[in-house]
Amino acid sequence: MIQPLVPGGSAARFGEVVEASIERLLGQCHRLYAAPVLGTLVRAGESVYAVVEGIETVALDPTRPIVARGAEAASEAEVYAEHPQLERLLRTQVTLSVIGHREGSDVRQYLPPLPPRIHTFLHVCAAEEVRDFFGDGRPDFASLLIRRGLSAGDDVLAAVLRQAAGAFEAPGDFLLTASRGVAVLLAGDTARLNAIVRRLPLGS
Amino acid sequence: MGVDAMGPLGIVVGGSLSRGLDVRLGSAEAVEQAKVGTFVTVQGASSRYFGIITDLRLDAADPRLASAMADADPAMASVLSGTSVYSLATVTPMLTTGVAGEAPTPAKSLPGHFSPVHRATNEDVQAVFGSEDARHIYIGSPLDMEDTRVCLDLEEFVKRSNGVFGKSGTGKSFLTRILLAGILQRGVATNLVFDMHSEYGWQTKTESGYSAKGLKQLFPSRVAVFTMDPASSRQRGVQTDFEVQIGYDEIEPEDIAILAQTLNITDLGVQACYTLQRHFGASWLLDFLEQPADELAERLGESPSTLDALRRRLGHLQRLDFMQPHGQGAVKRVLDHLADGRHVVLEFGRYGDDLTAYLLVANLITRRIHEEYRRRTEQALATDGKDPDPLVITIEEAHRFLGPGIAGQTIFGTIAREMRKYHVTLLVVDQRPSGIDDEVMSQVGTRIICQLDNDRDIDAVLGGASGARELKSVLSRLEPRQQALMFGHALPMPVVIRTRDYDETLYAEMSVPGAGAAQGRDKRDLFG
Ligand SMILES: Nc1ncnc2c1ncn2[C@@H]1O[C@H](COP(=O)(O)OP(=O)(O)OP(=O)(O)O)[C@@H](O)[C@H]1O
Ligand SMILES: [Mg+2]
Repeated sequence: MIQPLVPGGSAARFGEVVEASIERLLGQCHRLYAAPVLGTLVRAGESVYAVVEGIETVALDPTRPIVARGAEAASEAEVYAEHPQLERLLRTQVTLSVIGHREGSDVRQYLPPLPPRIHTFLHVCAAEEVRDFFGDGRPDFASLLIRRGLSAGDDVLAAVLRQAAGAFEAPGDFLLTASRGVAVLLAGDTARLNAIVRRLPLGS
Repeated sequence: MGVDAMGPLGIVVGGSLSRGLDVRLGSAEAVEQAKVGTFVTVQGASSRYFGIITDLRLDAADPRLASAMADADPAMASVLSGTSVYSLATVTPMLTTGVAGEAPTPAKSLPGHFSPVHRATNEDVQAVFGSEDARHIYIGSPLDMEDTRVCLDLEEFVKRSNGVFGKSGTGKSFLTRILLAGILQRGVATNLVFDMHSEYGWQTKTESGYSAKGLKQLFPSRVAVFTMDPASSRQRGVQTDFEVQIGYDEIEPEDIAILAQTLNITDLGVQACYTLQRHFGASWLLDFLEQPADELAERLGESPSTLDALRRRLGHLQRLDFMQPHGQGAVKRVLDHLADGRHVVLEFGRYGDDLTAYLLVANLITRRIHEEYRRRTEQALATDGKDPDPLVITIEEAHRFLGPGIAGQTIFGTIAREMRKYHVTLLVVDQRPSGIDDEVMSQVGTRIICQLDNDRDIDAVLGGASGARELKSVLSRLEPRQQALMFGHALPMPVVIRTRDYDETLYAEMSVPGAGAAQGRDKRDLFG
């Protein structure tokens, strides 16, 4: 078990890096369906931070596509019970957008100098580490997500903010500060900003 | 909370010297504090700038904002406010000083981008407008700075003709009282007030019920109240010094010219007056009024109908109780008082409502005064003697004397144009500045302007002022009472003030002998 970087926090390991580039990681979860939710802040190894931008569960062997098996079964659970090998034929993987890194004790909301190596362990950051990373709510990382042009990028950004807010004592304040930061980035595109803001529990 | 303790209102993000600086307002509080007319400072790299907020507007980074925000979602509003939608203030820079705190000079450069803009502090106001002393009086406070005093340099003030403008009930008379009391106490000039509504000599009840003391009450030994209407003065319990009577033989055709509009006298009628004077001499008016017209017309070669009409119109004068066949020396009395350094308030009593009486008397007396001051000035020049002390003549309803048609002919127009060549200047009080001749208006050195709501009046009063467009936006936002925009000769930069209260505190300050007391005595020694 890797020591949490932030004293008192406890980062939970859930998988490891199977593909890595400077901006994007593919992680495979150690257990089927045990992926952190969309927008979760994840640490790869000791220093690279990324957020969950996509989750998929696919056949382990791409040459052996999965077929439907539940025609006769009474429930989904029964399908898995009758085919225990399924657990080994499937894998859950997460795509991660790199949004920052750590240099010593400082967090940086921009890309790291190098991507993590393959098999680097992935951890879900605990609340304290989340607070440490997002700091005072200035969403410098958001420009990375906004510029990446993901098809569901705005949903991802909103999810990141929602997830992060949960780590703060005053989630509303965090969300407002962060949203205002996003507003500056999206100053020329109110419609898009509006779409993001609508996905946030602001003012509730 | 000290003003200093507050953060900047905003930062400079653009602009030009001619249009003013664009200042992006920072916090929501700043947006509320920044009002049109607010006196601000801008801290540049090596200079400090003084200016006023002349406009405010909302701006949005997204040109499609209006369509993107169909409804006023409160969450979205709080996210957008101050980020991609924000408030901009236009600050017109007026003056600048270096770091060493040199005297402010007109701004010819601009502070750079991101220079912080603060509301002016007490010290800033003092640095620009000076502090109370032998020549500066406290006249009011900048907007939202009740404890700060804006001072007016009276010595500069009386060097030119000045104006107090504003629609009815805005506080012109109160402002004028403050100015007159200041001029008196500081001894920078002698006052002659043509007190149309009998409010400057003795106390008047204000609209709110308390009574505002008159000059005679504040300076009993240095002010003489003359009255045109002794009955009214007695009734109001005013201690008057003299009853003024005017002789028909003191009236000149020129005095009739100024009445032409009010009495509906034609140009031919006015011409006839000159003919009559040539014919009859000094007693022309009474002689004319008492002669049968037909015979006279023949003798003078005037048309009988002109003379008839003229007589009918001038008949109005016979209804004025103060008119006498021969002058009783009242005008000379006024002159003697002034020469003696005594200030004169001429109350009109019920004649205040009779424009003919007011115009006639004010014009007649002023004409004589002007002759006298001119004579004394020329004499002083010839003999290397002492110039007469400056005289300030206060007139209400000034546009009646200074309208475009008549300013060229009346003595008031002459005084306004001559400036202080003969040491006489005007303090004009008027509700309808658009009725004043442009050229005269351009000679009005310092303008103190209360609320005006007629556009033509606003344009007239700003005529010839630099930055008129910006000032107009300030002017149109004055409160309806006791607020004024001041600018011009005696002020280093335009400023919006809340006029100080005319109250016990002011009375107490005026009871302290100012520089004027000693000077007053000097004058008496000189001329007595
Ligand atoms: N400096 C002041 N101190 C106290 N009260 C004031 C002051 N200025 C204005 N006011 C209030 O406003 C009212 C109107 O002021 P004022 O009589 O000076 O108006 P005005 O402009 O001269 O009007 P008008 O044109 O009708 O003569 C006063 O009765 C008084 O109550
Ligand atoms: Mg008045």
